[in-house]
Amino acid sequence: MSFIPGQPVTAVVQRIEIRKLQHGEHLILGFSIGGGIDQDPGQNPFSEDKSDKGIYVTRVTPGGPAEVAGLMMGDKVMQVNGWDMTMVTHDQARKRLTKKDEDIVRLLVTRKSLEQAVRHSMM
Amino acid sequence: MDNESQYSGYSYKSSHSRNSRKHRDRRDRHRSKSRDGSSRGDKSVTIHAPGEPLLDTESTRGDDRDDNWGETTTVQTGTSEHSVSNEDLTRVSKELEESSPLECRRFLGPGLGAVLGLFALVTPLAFLALPQLLWREALEPCGTPCEGLYVSLAFKLLVLLISTWALFLRPPRATLPRFYVFRCLLLALVFLFVASYWLFYGVRVLEPRERDYRGIVGYAASLVDALLFIQYLALVLLEVRHLQPAFCLKVVRTTDGASRFYNVGHLSIQRAAVWVLDQYYSDFPVYNPALLNLPKSILSKKSSGFKVYTLGEENNTNNSTGQSRAMIAAAARRRDNSHNEYYYEEAEMERRVRKRKARLLVAVEEAFTHIKRLQDDEPAASSPKHPREVMDPREAAQAIFAPMARAMQKYLRTTRQQPYHSMESIINHLQFCITHNMTPKAFLERYLSPGPTLQYQRENTMGRQWTLVSEEPVTSALSKGLVFSLRRLDFSLVVTVTPLPFLHLGEEFIDPKSHKFVMRLQSETSV
Repeated sequence: MSFIPGQPVTAVVQRIEIRKLQHGEHLILGFSIGGGIDQDPGQNPFSEDKSDKGIYVTRVTPGGPAEVAGLMMGDKVMQVNGWDMTMVTHDQARKRLTKKDEDIVRLLVTRKSLEQAVRHSMM
Repeated sequence: MDNESQYSGYSYKSSHSRNSRKHRDRRDRHRSKSRDGSSRGDKSVTIHAPGEPLLDTESTRGDDRDDNWGETTTVQTGTSEHSVSNEDLTRVSKELEESSPLECRRFLGPGLGAVLGLFALVTPLAFLALPQLLWREALEPCGTPCEGLYVSLAFKLLVLLISTWALFLRPPRATLPRFYVFRCLLLALVFLFVASYWLFYGVRVLEPRERDYRGIVGYAASLVDALLFIQYLALVLLEVRHLQPAFCLKVVRTTDGASRFYNVGHLSIQRAAVWVLDQYYSDFPVYNPALLNLPKSILSKKSSGFKVYTLGEENNTNNSTGQSRAMIAAAARRRDNSHNEYYYEEAEMERRVRKRKARLLVAVEEAFTHIKRLQDDEPAASSPKHPREVMDPREAAQAIFAPMARAMQKYLRTTRQQPYHSMESIINHLQFCITHNMTPKAFLERYLSPGPTLQYQRENTMGRQWTLVSEEPVTSALSKGLVFSLRRLDFSLVVTVTPLPFLHLGEEFIDPKSHKFVMRLQSETSV
């Protein structure tokens, strides 16, 4: 998942569809995000490359819609509903995920085990 | 009794004088690498001829005393050429040391300067006095401008006198192998000036009996001005030019690798050598020959190789090369563990030193608690039952030396410093420390680390001899990449010259208001 500046980022991704749940008067997805281009990448415990400023999933509420859909802690969110998540600020990411008129969110996430699984299956 | 047969192995010794044998022993001792001296044949002989002992009193076995501290000759017979016969020359000069014209050589330069300076100072006065003496009646009277000139002349002559003394007449602290170029140049210049002034004076004033006295006074004043400018030039060349740093000298001692870096200005090689030696005596730790070599036990393991026997006498040369090649190959293949032993030996040595040092510290601390300084207001005898005897520092030092003597002796022996500190010197130092209210640690700082060489010098007015070895002539200026060395009998200092880099200094202005900071963000939002 390391990137070379100027080159396109390639990753093996998993498509995860999360249906928002009505919780009080908010629609929630059931996970927490961290990271962003305005944040400090060195403190991200989930990233391999400590200069990676992408959006990572830092916590998944047990029993929430995200866990049901298969999201795991430590996943890096690459796209949300077609919008890119690799070069956004923290606030922009939050806004993309919490749009009030969408109740289904399609994420493309990547994790290290995906790449290993693909490599194993190719061998 | 056949004397010759007993001396058969030592004919080289018996044919020379006692002095040279002493020096040869000195040299031999410092050349040999082994401490027990088994490489020298003279130690293993037990037959003594009646009368003259084989070993004189100075060459004792296993004594690593460095005799160089007692060198007393100052005649520089070595030139800038590095030659093998230099050793013989120094030996010969040592034999003549009592008769050497030491005083002459050292004071020749200042003497010449004194004569010339006196001549130059008397000249303006002579210029003024001669017309007055010879044709006083014919002179035109000269009013106030002359008086002003007299006063300024007097003052300038005074300044000249003082600065001539300061620049030329003080005896130098070192004897240089060649002439001090700048000084000679300046003396020549002064002589030239004064001579030409006298020439003009003789032709223009004395001959036609010049009557314009003001002109003569002005002439004398111009001579004094010219001399003052020469003094100024001398000041710059001799004292100021070498203060601004231009070169970095790296000085390395050849025996143990102690090195220092110094910054100097533009100097000639011989002046730079004198300067380096000044710094050497106060910066470098003292040269201790006993600390140099790896113990023989570690190095000798390698030499036990294979024994090679030659069967048959044909082709001896062929066999020897074959032998050596086989031995080298075998030695290369064998695993070399001497570094292991060196490591353990060094660790053991360090542990031993630390243990002895701890014992020494404890002993000294305890010894220092036995005495205390008597305050002025305390009565001398505190009570009739315990009359305290009042001691002066020397007696106090001797009293507390006894309990710490053994620990001190053992420590000095372990660190191989015992040649430098005799019991007398330790008691003197102890007395000094007690007088100045020093703590035990302050007393011990002299023994815990090897001090600069100057600390161990005996009081000696004769000076130390060093030989300057250089490929360039020693009066040439320092330049990049120059290497010269200063040699003593058993070690030398190698000096390498590098120019200091040219510095491009830029400027950057920072507005004090521009120092602003933010916290690094690390937020986590739940969605």
